[in-house]
Amino acid sequence: MLGRSASGVLWMFRYLERAENTARLLDAGFRMALTRTSTTASDEWGSVLATLGQQALFSQRHKEISGPLVFNFILRDRENDGSVLWMIEHARTNARMVRTAITREVWEATNEAWMVLREALSRPVRDSTLGEVLALVRRQTMLVRGAMETTMLRNEIFNFARIGTYLEAADNTARILDVKYHVLLPSVAWVGSVLDHAQWEMLLRSVAGERAFRWLNSGLLNRRGIAEFLILDGRFPRSIAYAYAKIASNMTGLAHQYGEEAPAHVLLREAIARLHGVDIAGIFDFGLHEFLTEFILRTRNLAAEIARDYRFVA
Amino acid sequence: MPPSSRPCFDEMVDEQGRVRPAYQAYREWFDRQDGKWLHRQGQEAEQFFRRTGITFNVYGEDAGQERLIPFDMIPRIVTGEEWRRLSAGIEQRVRALNAFLHDLYHKREIVRAGRLPERLLRDNAAYLPEMAGFTPPGGIYTHIVGVDLVRTGPDEFMVLEDNARTPSGVSYMLENRETMIAMFPELFARVRVQPVSDYPRSLARSLAACAPPACVDRERPVVAVLTPGIYNSAYFEHAFLADQMGAELVEGSDLRVVDGRIAMRTTRGWRAIDVLYRRVDDDFLDPLTFNPESVLGVAGIMDIYRAGGITIANAPGTGIADDKAIYSFMPEIVEFYTGEKPLLANVPTWRCSEPDSLAYVLDNLAELVVKEVHGSGGYGMLIGPTASRVERARFARKLKAQPENYIAQPTLALSTVPIFARAGLTPRHVDLRPFVLVSPEGIKITPGGLTRVALKKGSLVVNSSQGGGTKDSWVLAE
Repeated sequence: MLGRSASGVLWMFRYLERAENTARLLDAGFRMALTRTSTTASDEWGSVLATLGQQALFSQRHKEISGPLVFNFILRDRENDGSVLWMIEHARTNARMVRTAITREVWEATNEAWMVLREALSRPVRDSTLGEVLALVRRQTMLVRGAMETTMLRNEIFNFARIGTYLEAADNTARILDVKYHVLLPSVAWVGSVLDHAQWEMLLRSVAGERAFRWLNSGLLNRRGIAEFLILDGRFPRSIAYAYAKIASNMTGLAHQYGEEAPAHVLLREAIARLHGVDIAGIFDFGLHEFLTEFILRTRNLAAEIARDYRFVA
Repeated sequence: MPPSSRPCFDEMVDEQGRVRPAYQAYREWFDRQDGKWLHRQGQEAEQFFRRTGITFNVYGEDAGQERLIPFDMIPRIVTGEEWRRLSAGIEQRVRALNAFLHDLYHKREIVRAGRLPERLLRDNAAYLPEMAGFTPPGGIYTHIVGVDLVRTGPDEFMVLEDNARTPSGVSYMLENRETMIAMFPELFARVRVQPVSDYPRSLARSLAACAPPACVDRERPVVAVLTPGIYNSAYFEHAFLADQMGAELVEGSDLRVVDGRIAMRTTRGWRAIDVLYRRVDDDFLDPLTFNPESVLGVAGIMDIYRAGGITIANAPGTGIADDKAIYSFMPEIVEFYTGEKPLLANVPTWRCSEPDSLAYVLDNLAELVVKEVHGSGGYGMLIGPTASRVERARFARKLKAQPENYIAQPTLALSTVPIFARAGLTPRHVDLRPFVLVSPEGIKITPGGLTRVALKKGSLVVNSSQGGGTKDSWVLAE
């Protein structure tokens, strides 16, 4: 397949994954804000912006923080290139570019997602409609994934799509956890406080891991357990370990089809060895922030190496 | 006199209001359908097109603006017998076009015989000196031709234009049929219509049959479609055809010369292309040979082409054959190369380069359609009968300044086929573009083609860029 198509497929699925993750984060923030007084509610919205790294741009655009200002900014602000609308548009532009690499079903699901969400986001979203809009984002991105699952050949194209999805998932999970741990708590004194618990719960919700975590941990919320769950638990589909396992199996698929490994395979093996060689106590000794920063960097380098190895650009 | 008030041939009903044979089975079905239900189906069809992304980009509007070409659900129908006569004429014409191109770029016997003035070639930008003395692989110049036909009577089909460069619209032919079958499956069980769905396979086969000398695997030549990119007005069609043929869809930035071949950048390295179905104009094909600013083509492709390293479809330089100045000589051209009388007529054409014709055209501007020799898409033309006095005066000045830039034709009473409007069936003018594939194995014409319809009452302009729509075009099985 063309290097440009491989790049297009990979980015199409990165954008879809990012759009879905952003919607989940908003949903978590919204639920948290609903149960707070108005001053702490604006803190919640501030933490959503911080997690997405959109604080600076937001404060250029708005003087104050309120729920509707924040979620409209994140969902549909034309000036915000991290908005859900922007990502859906870019997923669709990439799909259009690689139209011959994907099935008609995948293309139509993507095109429809764009049409439906563009329409839903053509007017300001209100508190009363936010839940519906967020559910729509999740449903539409899932439809694309479903079409992918049921209609695509299991070949290099599928591998690049999956690699895109899980590079993004690994990156998102690492970032959310890092921001939560490193940035959001005002000081060490807050650890274990009500605010701390609320933040952890929001974190789990934002990766759709709340139920899974409770199920596996009998309802106990503790930061070490949650960090272990999000980094090392290979059963949870948004954990870093799971994402890397998926990247690995798809990279193996590429090596099989092409009859050889690429330098990216070496980077990947190093990252996986690092994950396997450490337990949660080791991570906290090393420093959670340091460990997550390391993984964000590993993921970025891996993505860049894949782009080089498979000739994404001339 | 506005053209719509003149009597014109309606393809569905005759002067007494009787349904013509071609439409009888369809009308029996149609008259039994519930109007409200049909309207709902029409709306669903539009949704279907939007979901599928069958859109075209309009130049000059917001970047990336995508529009639908309106689809009308009433089919345009010709009988098998009518089609047989029509396709014999098309085949003859396309055969002549290829012979003409070969002659133009070699011995120029038609010029020597005094049947075509040499100045038409000398000053013609569509003539490519780079092609002189070169024979494309398989001897084929126009692998794909779209012949625009208009009808003015029961047996009067005329050729309005030969599109011999990169004719577009075939994806609409295919998708319109798909849509009709999805909307009215029982209709196709009642009326037997010749299928069009073979087109992509036939296209792939005829392209493969023209593999260049350098091709290694002649059983399975590597075919690619070259598109200017996602912002081109016909991008949907480029992607659609590549997808249907199982060919790669490439852009100029994917290609380069590697070891004497044109190769595409794949995830595993450079891979040579045997046949390039390019949807990029000659001018942009090779920045080294033609437009140096072009980023749409491949530097050096013309050298590789002439050395037998790749097949380009259609061949560069075919535009000379569908030039409007050459068009007026098509009857002579057909006769010269086939030795037969043309089966399909030309529309009578005045060449404004000739003083007598120019005088006639200027005197009769209110009755004529005047076209730019090199224009296309319905731009830069004057429709005398509907133009205002001021518009005509302005156009007359342009004509006098550069008469050789224009040809003129009578305003034809184009045939009508009904469209499905709120008020029911109402006639609108149509044309027809059948798609012709040429390969060393022969000429293949897909039964039907693209019917374009002017949606505005009385309008004769069917171009999609000017508010035209499309219809499914049926050839009845015999």
